[in-house]
Amino acid sequence: MSATRPAPESPSKTETAPTAGRYETVVGLEVHAQLKTASKIFCSCSTKFGARPNTQVCPVCLGLPGVLPVLNERAVRFAVMTGIAVGGTIATRSVFARKNYFYPDLPKGYQISQYDRPLSSGGQVEIQVGGAWKRIGLVRIHLEEDAGKSLHPEGRQGVNTTLVDLNRSGVPLIEIVSEPEIRSGNEAYDYLIRLKQILVYLDVCDGNMEEGSLRCDANVSVRPRGQTAFGTKTEIKNMNSFRNVERAIAFETERQIALLESGGRVVQETLLWNADKGKAEPMRSKEEAHDYRYFPEPDLLPLDLEPRWIESVRKDLPELPYQVRERLTRDFGIPEYDAEVLTETRALASYYEEVARRSGSAKLASNWIMTEVNGIRNKQGQSIEEFPIRPDRLGMLVKMIAEEKISGKIGKQLFEMMLTRPEDPEALVKSQGLLPIDDEASLRALAREVIAANPGPAAEVRAGKERTFAFLVGQAMKQSRGRAHPEKIQAALKKELEAT
Amino acid sequence: MSRKPDVLETAESIGHAVRKRERSAVEVARVFVERAERSAPRLQTYLHRDAERTLAMAADVDRRVQAGETLSPLAGVPIALKDNLCTHGVPTTCGSRILEGYLPPYDAHVVERLRAAGAVFTGKTNCDEFAMGSSTENSAYFPTRNPWDLERVPGGSSGGSAATVAALEASLSLGSDTGGSVRQPAAFCGVFGLKPTYGAVSRYGLVAFASSLDQIGPFARTARDVALLFNEICGRDERDMTSRAEAKPIDLEGLERGVKGMKIGIPRDLLSDGVDPEISASLDRVTKTLREEGAVVIDVTLPHARYSIATYYLIAPAEASSNLARYDGVRYGFRAKSEDLQTMYASTRGKGFGREVRRRILLGTYALSAGYYDAYYLRAMKVRTLVRRDFDQALQLTDAILLPTTPTPPFKLGEKVDDPLAMYLNDIFSIPASLAGAPALSFPSGKTRSGLPIGLQLVGKPFEEGTLLRVARTWEKKSGDPLGVPPIVNGGGRA
Repeated sequence: MSATRPAPESPSKTETAPTAGRYETVVGLEVHAQLKTASKIFCSCSTKFGARPNTQVCPVCLGLPGVLPVLNERAVRFAVMTGIAVGGTIATRSVFARKNYFYPDLPKGYQISQYDRPLSSGGQVEIQVGGAWKRIGLVRIHLEEDAGKSLHPEGRQGVNTTLVDLNRSGVPLIEIVSEPEIRSGNEAYDYLIRLKQILVYLDVCDGNMEEGSLRCDANVSVRPRGQTAFGTKTEIKNMNSFRNVERAIAFETERQIALLESGGRVVQETLLWNADKGKAEPMRSKEEAHDYRYFPEPDLLPLDLEPRWIESVRKDLPELPYQVRERLTRDFGIPEYDAEVLTETRALASYYEEVARRSGSAKLASNWIMTEVNGIRNKQGQSIEEFPIRPDRLGMLVKMIAEEKISGKIGKQLFEMMLTRPEDPEALVKSQGLLPIDDEASLRALAREVIAANPGPAAEVRAGKERTFAFLVGQAMKQSRGRAHPEKIQAALKKELEAT
Repeated sequence: MSRKPDVLETAESIGHAVRKRERSAVEVARVFVERAERSAPRLQTYLHRDAERTLAMAADVDRRVQAGETLSPLAGVPIALKDNLCTHGVPTTCGSRILEGYLPPYDAHVVERLRAAGAVFTGKTNCDEFAMGSSTENSAYFPTRNPWDLERVPGGSSGGSAATVAALEASLSLGSDTGGSVRQPAAFCGVFGLKPTYGAVSRYGLVAFASSLDQIGPFARTARDVALLFNEICGRDERDMTSRAEAKPIDLEGLERGVKGMKIGIPRDLLSDGVDPEISASLDRVTKTLREEGAVVIDVTLPHARYSIATYYLIAPAEASSNLARYDGVRYGFRAKSEDLQTMYASTRGKGFGREVRRRILLGTYALSAGYYDAYYLRAMKVRTLVRRDFDQALQLTDAILLPTTPTPPFKLGEKVDDPLAMYLNDIFSIPASLAGAPALSFPSGKTRSGLPIGLQLVGKPFEEGTLLRVARTWEKKSGDPLGVPPIVNGGGRA
């Protein structure tokens, strides 16, 4: 995914079969977010990504005989923070349960999760649909442990090998289950963007889909518009980017509609998204025929949370995206659209705030960040933290432009230089000879030079051809590399044309 | 340094002598090792025994004594460990083929504590596979025999741990009790066996059978020795979230205070049928003595206790079916060669587990299945709450409840092994306290006419193990040594 997201109004290109208008898509998402704790949920092994296989393991996360889980309190705190942030009700008693199934990367033969008594119930994520806000309800958020990873390397001489890496086994996850209130792949995309934004603002998840710290399964069904009963749903797994979720839902919507249109029936099944083929394909049925035999985890006591503690977590909650958005429009008077773009991440919002404060021009600061800064960052795939021009220097630059000490053009030249050089814009203006030409004598000298170099056009202007005057102004700007004061050079040219 | 250790020496006196340098730990260890060399092959008490390692541990204790370290009362005391307690680098099989050759990379909490205390390990004792059974005949390797009669079972599942203490191959031992697996073999072998309050001892490193019921417990030949071993292993452990800080060491001198003014309850309704007359007679004798010592003995009722076996055989197998899922042949232990994953799972578990274990996995899987959960598991959990409430109420009126540990004296090898229901019924008196999570102690109360041990059981309030030992200690002092030593200790014994 790109470093910044497109404007919320811009619709994506996927979507809509010819018959789609007669049907309504119904989507519910299950998102697994990896919590940003230093250690695993039931042992003290590191959760760091990318270590050599099976080096971040201990008897507990290997599921050796005799071990017991010990709950990581930080994981609980992060899950509670998320529940509060989405307006969920935090359970003062929630219960861990075992989900039993056999798989080589599941070392205990069961996953410790929560079942009938999750940590958080209800709540919502607000998304934008066609410029208006829409509330997507949440069913629940619960805590659970991750399984390991199965790798299927190319077999040597036809030998099928599966390797298991248990570094991820026991990494803390929250599962966030939405109500089936999402109506398109496009809405699903915005839902995921907004959910990720909340998680990253809370600093409970790094939101990195490539490293698997955010994963999403989609339940998709269609029904004739106006019908209240749900159609038969399918579950799509294995989508490794938000765009793929969007594409997969669009694909599955079309497939189901086509099926119904041709008189067929949708079969409830699990599909795997194949990004290369752009298709969702049925999973082998053997792997999905599970009775998980949930029962309360006897090795962990019920998780009892003091209402007072929950309150203290609520009080310590950092500012959420919508709160920052409101504050920016209120305090800086920028349009809602700008606030939306600038609050993409908490760091970008802080960056903006500093530039706005230092420059004294909130809207100009916003324009510079939305176009120039984000333009570079998108090209380079940089986060705002990695962006080489820090907000103090950009603030100075925007201030110089706002106070008309330099033109926007010079500003852009300075901006380009600042990307690779450490100096302040003031110093660069001096050392690079970019000081504006706005004193009468220099402007008149420049005007004379331009007229002398362009006798033909000068004659045309004198003969009354007003449009050619713009050409001479352009030449003056070019000659001065944009340093000439745009209004004053016009006056100087006029005076010189009259004088000679 | 040269006094010959007495055969009837207690763990307390051994520890004392070692700390006072009256006797070396190596000297003590050698006596026990030599005795085990003679009797263990006949009793088949051990799955793993390494005399050299035992003597090396003892030598280490002697070094610590020489260095002037302050050592625990158990320093230099030979202790046996049930084979479902993880021992770093020492085989831990749980009596199962599926863990043949498995070497844990860590010590169980209790093993760690005992190591630090300077205990000397004699070996890993035989048990029913994954602690499922009441006779030790379900061991995948061999059955253990009762030291009092080699044709009879030592009880189970901790049969090896009970027998090895009874036969003086170890001074103390640890077992685990899920539905009676410490108390029943203690009764059958004529030793003391304590199932502590659920949560009193950390289960970290105890290979799980049924997590909400499992507790590690000591075997000893005196009440005071039980307390010594319990004191060393009890208390909160950060690695077991179900372990509790309320579990405090027992004051040994408190055990000597007698039972004057104490109230003892007898659950007559539960004893109405099926108790062997010799066991009933023993119960009466103990009751009489306790009355003479000043205790008030009254009748109490445990109305739901009779549903205990049905309840237990839903909850324990349900938890076991999940706990034993990890033995899948993927990472450690036995793996059956197969063409594909599903067959590998089926064949590994089909061949690796014995009949009783497979039976319980099937029972538990069924009880947890969609559509049956509410009728079986959930209902069983509700009955469990009622059983716990029965004990709470009975123990509001009394300090301890007294009942037999088993309905019969030790039975013969092979007698019940093909009749699981008869085997399960043997735990009728031990399972209720397990469901309640209450502390329960089996103590030797006498012998049958044919010379087989009889054990009675005391059940108490949570974390009041000391009260139970105090009552048992009172009986112990009054009765002298009702059992003596089994003939095999002196080279005798039939079969």
